[in-house]
Amino acid sequence: MTGEHQTLALLLFSAFVAVTLGITTWVSRHRRGSAEEFYAGGRLFSPMENGFAIAGDYMSAASFLGISGLIALYGYDGMLYSVGFLVAWLVVLLLVAELVRNCGRFTLADVVAARMRERPVRIAAGTSSVTVSVLYLVAQMVGAGSLVALLLGGTGEAARTWTVIGVGALMVVYVSLGGMRATTWIQIVKAVLLLGGTVALTALVLVRFHGDVNRLLLTAAERSGHGEKFLAPGLIYGGDWTSRFDFISLGLALVLGTAGLPHILSRFYTVPTARAARRSVIWSIGLIGGFYLMTIVLGFGAAAIVGTGTVRESNAAGNTAVPLLALDLGGGADSTWGTVLFAVVAAVAFATILAVVAGITLASSASVAHDLYASLRRHDAEPRSEVAVARLAAVGVGAVAIALGLLARDLNVAFLVGLAFAVAASANLPVLLYALFWRRFTTRGAVWAVYGGLVPAVVLVLVSPVVSGSPAALFPGADFQYFPLQNPGLISIPLGFLAGWLGTVTSRETPDAARHAETEVRSLTGAGAV
Amino acid sequence: MRASADAYLEVQRSAAFQEVRSRYRRFVVPAVIGFFAWYVAYVVTATTAPGLMARPVAGAVNVAMLAGLGQFLTTFLLTWAYARHARLRRDRAALDLRWTTQELTRTRGDAP
Repeated sequence: MTGEHQTLALLLFSAFVAVTLGITTWVSRHRRGSAEEFYAGGRLFSPMENGFAIAGDYMSAASFLGISGLIALYGYDGMLYSVGFLVAWLVVLLLVAELVRNCGRFTLADVVAARMRERPVRIAAGTSSVTVSVLYLVAQMVGAGSLVALLLGGTGEAARTWTVIGVGALMVVYVSLGGMRATTWIQIVKAVLLLGGTVALTALVLVRFHGDVNRLLLTAAERSGHGEKFLAPGLIYGGDWTSRFDFISLGLALVLGTAGLPHILSRFYTVPTARAARRSVIWSIGLIGGFYLMTIVLGFGAAAIVGTGTVRESNAAGNTAVPLLALDLGGGADSTWGTVLFAVVAAVAFATILAVVAGITLASSASVAHDLYASLRRHDAEPRSEVAVARLAAVGVGAVAIALGLLARDLNVAFLVGLAFAVAASANLPVLLYALFWRRFTTRGAVWAVYGGLVPAVVLVLVSPVVSGSPAALFPGADFQYFPLQNPGLISIPLGFLAGWLGTVTSRETPDAARHAETEVRSLTGAGAV
Repeated sequence: MRASADAYLEVQRSAAFQEVRSRYRRFVVPAVIGFFAWYVAYVVTATTAPGLMARPVAGAVNVAMLAGLGQFLTTFLLTWAYARHARLRRDRAALDLRWTTQELTRTRGDAP
C-alpha cells in the first residue's frame, strides 16, 4: 500500500478519535458520578439509540473484515457464521432482554443474586463475566495490531506495539471518564459509520453487476477456482468428522453465547423500561441482519471482482478481502476514488475495534466493581465509592488487555472470539435461564452452573489443537492435546446446564418461594424495576 | 422484607398474573423450540449433507442459499411476530400488574 492510503486513512481515523474524545468530554461535563450514571448512562436512551449502540457493540472488525474474507476464500462456508451471529438474537429477544431489564440493575449477577445467597453467586458470575470479557478483549487488541500491519503496510514491530498501546489507552480514557453515556454515543457513531461504509460498498458491487445477483454468484464461483462447490457448504467444514463437529460446536456457541455476553446484557439497562429494551433489540436485529446480508454480498463480490487467488496472496486468512474490494471498486490502486474508499474502509475498521473494546471494558469494570469488589471487600472496611473502583478497574482491565495483547501479538488468536462465545454460553447462559425460569433453583445450583460451564470450557481449550499439537497452535512445539475440537461449546454448554441441575437437586437448601415469586413477578411485569 | 414478600406471592397467585405468564410462555416456548430446531437442522445438514445442499434450484441459487436466506427471513419474521404479540397481548396487562404490585408492596409497609 502506498503512502497516500496511509495518510488519508490516518487522517480519517484521527478525525474519529477527535470526535469520540469530544463526545467523552461533552458528556462528562456535569458528571455527578452516580453508579446509575456510570454503568447505565442514566437509563434514558431511546430504543433507536440503544438499538444502534447494541449493533455497534456487536458488529466487530472480525465480522466486517473476517466474515467477508472467509466468504471470499471459501464461499458458502463463510456464510454459516453470519447466520449463527444473527439467529442468536432471537434467544436475546425472546428469553433475556425484557426479563433482565426488569430484574437487574447493572450486571448479570444482579439478576441471579436476587434469589440466592448473594456473595458466592456474585463472585461466580463476576468471575465468568470478567473471563469472557478478557478473552474477547485480547482478541480485539491483537486484531487491532494485525490490522495496522495489514492495512497500512507497516509490518514494523514498533507500529503494532504502539497501536495496541494506543487502542488500550483510548478505551481507558473513554470508559473511565465518560462511563456508559460516552461509550453508548461512541457505539452509535461507529454503527452509523460502519453501516454507511457497508451500504456504499454493497451498492457499488451491485451496480458493477447491474443488480444481477445471479451473475455475481456465478462470476464469484468461476473466479474462485472452485466452481459450483464455492456456492455450497463443504470447503472448510466438509473434510472429516472432526471438522464437522467443530463447526456444529461453534454454531451452538454463537447462537447461545450472545445472550450471555456481559457487554450486551449491560446495554439493556440504558433504556427506561422492558418495553424499550425489547424495541431496542428489534432495532438491533434489523441493523445486524441487514449488515450480515451485506457482508455476504461483499464476500462474494470480493471473490468475483478481486478474485480468490489475489485475496489469499494478500492475506491467508482473507482479512484484506474488503479493503482490496474497495480499492478495485473505486477504480484501482492509482485512482483517487480507489485511495479514498480504501482509506474509508481502513478507518471504519479501526473505529469498529475501538468502539467494541470500549464496550467490553466498561462491562468488565462493572463486573469487577459491582460484583467482585462489592463481595470481596472486608465488611468493616470503609466502603469506597463503587464508581471510583469501577474507574480504577477500567484502568486495570485496560492494562491487562494491553499486556496480553502485546504478549499474544504474534500468536494466532482467531479462536479467541469463538472461545469467548463458548464460555458465555456455558457459564453465563445456563445460570441466567435457570434463575429466570426455574422455581427450584438454589444457590448451590447457581454456583455449580457457572463453574460447571466455565471450568470445562477453559480446560478443554487448553488441551485442544489450538493450544498445542498442531502447526497452527499457540505452542506448536509442545503436544498436550487430548481434545479434538477447537471450540469446546458442544461439550461445555451441556455441562453448564447439567451442573446447574445437579447442584440444585443435591442441595439441602429449600428454595425460597417468596423470592422466586418476586423474581417472576418483577421479570414479567416490571414492578419495582429501577 | 416479609411484608413485601407476601405481596409478591399474592400477585404471583392472582389470575391476572397467571394469564400474563401463560400468554408469554405460550408464545415463547414453541417459538424457541421452533427456531432452535430449525437452526440446528440447518447447521447439521450444511456440515453433514453438502450434496443435498448443493442441489441447484434456479440459476446460481441452490438449496444451501435458500436455506441460509431462509434463516435470515425466519429471524426477521419471528422478531416481528413476537413484537406484535407482546404489544397486543401482554404489555397493557403487565403494566396494570406493575402498578398493582407496587401499590401492594408500598401499602404493606416497605418499599419494593
